[in-house]
Amino acid sequence: MRKYYISFCKDEDDGTEMGDGTDEWMQRKTLIKPPDQLDLTEAELKEEFTRILTANNPHAPENIVRYSFKELLYQRTGSIDQLATHFMLEGNLLHQDSDEARRQKARQGYPEGMVVLLLLLLFVFPQQAEVEEVMEEGGSEDRSDSVQHKGGKPEQKQTNQFNFIERGSKTLNNPLRQMGCQTEPPPRANFSATANQWVIYDAYVEELQKQENNKEKQRASMKKEEGKSKKKTMLSDDITKFRKVTKIVERMVIQNTFDDIAQDFKYFEDASDEFRQQEGTLLPLWKFQYDKVKGLAVTSLCWNQRYKDLFGVGLGSYDFTKQGHGMLLFYSLKNSTFPEYFYTTSSGIMCLDIHPNLSHLVAVGFYNGCVAVYNLKEKSIQPLYTSTAMSGMLTQPVWQVKWQKDDMDNNHNFFSVSSDGRVVSWTLVKNEMVFTDIVKLAVGDSVTGGLEGLQLPNPACGTSFDFHKEVDYLFLVGTEEGKIYKCSKAYSSQFLDTYDGHHMAVDAVRWNHFHPKVFISCSADWTIKIWDHTVRTPMFTFDLNSAVGDVAWSPYSSTVFAAVTTDGKVHVFDLNINKYEAICHQPVVAKKTKLTHIEFHPVYPIIIVGDDRGCVTSLKLSPNLRKKPKEKKRQELPEGPEVEIAKMEKLLNLLQDPDNSSLG
Amino acid sequence: MAEVEETLKRIQSQKGVQGIIIINAEGIPIKSTLDNSSTVQYAGLLHQLVMKTRSTVRDLDPQNDLTFLRVRSKKNEIMIAPDKDYFLIVIQNPSD
Repeated sequence: MRKYYISFCKDEDDGTEMGDGTDEWMQRKTLIKPPDQLDLTEAELKEEFTRILTANNPHAPENIVRYSFKELLYQRTGSIDQLATHFMLEGNLLHQDSDEARRQKARQGYPEGMVVLLLLLLFVFPQQAEVEEVMEEGGSEDRSDSVQHKGGKPEQKQTNQFNFIERGSKTLNNPLRQMGCQTEPPPRANFSATANQWVIYDAYVEELQKQENNKEKQRASMKKEEGKSKKKTMLSDDITKFRKVTKIVERMVIQNTFDDIAQDFKYFEDASDEFRQQEGTLLPLWKFQYDKVKGLAVTSLCWNQRYKDLFGVGLGSYDFTKQGHGMLLFYSLKNSTFPEYFYTTSSGIMCLDIHPNLSHLVAVGFYNGCVAVYNLKEKSIQPLYTSTAMSGMLTQPVWQVKWQKDDMDNNHNFFSVSSDGRVVSWTLVKNEMVFTDIVKLAVGDSVTGGLEGLQLPNPACGTSFDFHKEVDYLFLVGTEEGKIYKCSKAYSSQFLDTYDGHHMAVDAVRWNHFHPKVFISCSADWTIKIWDHTVRTPMFTFDLNSAVGDVAWSPYSSTVFAAVTTDGKVHVFDLNINKYEAICHQPVVAKKTKLTHIEFHPVYPIIIVGDDRGCVTSLKLSPNLRKKPKEKKRQELPEGPEVEIAKMEKLLNLLQDPDNSSLG
Repeated sequence: MAEVEETLKRIQSQKGVQGIIIINAEGIPIKSTLDNSSTVQYAGLLHQLVMKTRSTVRDLDPQNDLTFLRVRSKKNEIMIAPDKDYFLIVIQNPSD
């Protein structure tokens, strides 16, 4: 190699020898195979590979994918630029027709001239004047740089690239202040509610009431004041709001306590009645007692027509010697422990009656001869009206009061009967009671007109009366002597009829609810008598072995009635079943307690009995006692009062036939 | 006012009554005859129950309203009478 090398250098000096040397070098070239070269076969070596020349840039990417925010997905760029730039040089040649070239030409025309002048001046006149001119020219040059001022210059001169000075100036910057203000946030509260149907309804109702109130205010100013005073009383005491609620709860608690009684009242029917055809029983239910009435006897009972569970009890004393105060109580069946309303009176109450239509008006008769009307709606304990000595107070105890239909002026009125023999009608006119004597009772059968002035007829003492259910003017009066008078409202001094009923005072007379002719009377002479008012003798007589305090017809049957006696027994009769005996007689109270009054409930099958201890007991009638007539087995049970009347008629006819036959 | 107090006393003296609680419209007990913890517990739970019941009744017919609610359980009976602003709760054991 060394040898070869030197020869090569020599060859360099001589040109002709170099060629030979290269041949030698080339000839001596040996191929060096890399160790990892592929060994291909001859055939493979000869294989031809075609190579295509395309215009594609091999370095350009084939698939560019860009994210498109418009379609929100990755999108492939369609066509990819295949241009490959290998070399670029920006030149500074301008085409002479282009805008820029034209502008330059225009400008070149001027400074060219200036430059020429400058040169001339500098060379020819090197004096101050020249310098000034130069200065001027320079100045004008400067000026022309900044502003186009010479007329005739079509275009603004651009900045001189060689002699350009940029000068900046700074203006006074105002100091920056930051001012913020923060307001107090408006008070916020979270509010959530559910808009139920009833919330919406309530809102509408309130709105309606507001409108109505506004209308009322516009109408009268008087009403405003009244309204205000009412509102004041309402807001005064919080606990008075509880009144209604406590009442409800009390009744609920009592319902629980007396649950079995309530169940009995509603549903219990004595099954053993099926075995006792002719008899019935009375099931004791609630007992109504009040602490403050000890010593007073129940003198009257009355059911309220409108509110079926309310009844009134009048308390006083039958004893002539012991006369004290009285009480008026109203109980509800729902609460047997405490009365709903109670009023204390100075004199004992002898009778009471609740108005059939306006159930808040109660007429009361006293032992001292007064009558009063109470209004249950008002909370005052004073009665609405009282009769005084001036307005016709009776001198004797008032034994019975009864409401009548409103008279022609639509005033309420009621009647009363008393021991001084007067039947008086009281009319409520505005704020006072006006009385009218209807009948004066006398011992004799009739009082003639002529004798009135001369003889003072002995007044009979009326102890009870009853008005006919249908015939308005007809009424019966029972007296202390035992006579019963049939009277009419029209005739004040004459009776229509007299019945010699009893030997002792007549305690009660009652018309039958159904049959227009029948009435019943009871007396202290131990008897009960049933009459037909056209006949002077009684149809039926029952002896009860003890003074009868009260008798009452049942509202559901024309042949059933009940009586109470002083030995504490209740007797129930059904003339349809047994004409001679009671179908039930049962002691209801402890011994030595006298029963004073009895009343049937208008709807439910219960009766209330009052005794002389001030206690009222309620009893349920067993089914046997409330039998309704069955016409035929296959026909439906006929309803209605006609059936009752027919029943009674049948009895009377039966009675009259044997009478006739006995007479005949 | 005395009338209401008397009525409450009478209720308390009825047999089997364990307690009376009066709560206002928000469920806070105003008056109670039970001890504090029981009162608070009863008040909280029953207030929700009554509101729910009342809502149900009125939803069915907006002109209707709840008169009272009785919850009878094995051991006792809880009676609730709602008013516009107050509830009165009585717990009674009727079998006593």
